[in-house]
Amino acid sequence: MSRDHLQTLTDIRGLMERSTKFLSLSGLSGVSAGLVAVAGALAAYLRLRTNWFRLFNPDDYLTLTPLSRREIINFLFTDAVVVLVVALLVALYFTSRKARRMGVKVWSVASRRLAWALAVPLLTGGVFCLGLIYHRQIWLICPAMLTFYGLTLLNASRYTYRDLEYLGLCEIGLGLIALFLTGYSLLMWTIGFGVLHIIYGTVMWYKYDRVTSGRGASGRVVMSDQVSFDPDYE
Amino acid sequence: MMNDLLSRFNKAFESKARLSIMSVLMVNDAVSFNELKELLALTDGNLATHLRSLEEQGYVLVQKQFIGRKPNTNYSATDAGKQAFTDHLNALEAFIRGTE
Repeated sequence: MSRDHLQTLTDIRGLMERSTKFLSLSGLSGVSAGLVAVAGALAAYLRLRTNWFRLFNPDDYLTLTPLSRREIINFLFTDAVVVLVVALLVALYFTSRKARRMGVKVWSVASRRLAWALAVPLLTGGVFCLGLIYHRQIWLICPAMLTFYGLTLLNASRYTYRDLEYLGLCEIGLGLIALFLTGYSLLMWTIGFGVLHIIYGTVMWYKYDRVTSGRGASGRVVMSDQVSFDPDYE
Repeated sequence: MMNDLLSRFNKAFESKARLSIMSVLMVNDAVSFNELKELLALTDGNLATHLRSLEEQGYVLVQKQFIGRKPNTNYSATDAGKQAFTDHLNALEAFIRGTE
């Protein structure tokens, strides 16, 4: 009897969480996004070579010839877009795979809310960075990307695992450091979008995914009066 | 003692479906019929019946509106509903503590 009531309380808690939070965000999507980011940063470094510091330093920037500046920016822009698209696709793949395993829909009330919480600050940051390119304030782009991304995660953490908040705070911190340590932007960007994602993804995978994958459809509570649950319920 | 605790259980929440509906409405401002259906995996008729009974008790507020031409019904918990649900949970908790 008491056990049934305990089960009821557990179900209630599960429903409350499931209806407000999207918990299918996979740790592997974090790791893969990080790896893609590192690859992108490596490509940028190989292209820039000796200019990697000068490009992001407001004082040194003007020593580059206008032609090489334009060419480098075109390359970096393409590089960034490719990284963004590939990272999103891979993250989407791992997340929908986890959702399928958990037996929940990817496009649900909770994920719609999470998507909205992510989209608004992220798109704002994107347009802001386009504005920076337009005004030729290249050195500000990496700090802006990191800071906006951190604020985005902080906002989104309300609708998924709370742990995302810590990643958000780290990204904001890095963004602000990059704002003052001008020149090291590419390095900060690699740490923020690459290394931190890999660390975060690994931690999340160990904490949530690994355990649940063994148990199968964990966290799923069947709520229906027709489907039989515990036979001795009520 | 035990009977006293049991008497504090709210009859309206005896059904698991109604308890689940209230759980969702407690933490969300307003939830549409389809969203509830998706979350609770109930059939249309079943969900509608439970929602109507909760509405009749004054625990749930129903708002009907149109998005374009599609009718959209949103449900939210009333203050009385939130209070009743909290009381019911407290009674459940007290009961479990008592049997341990």
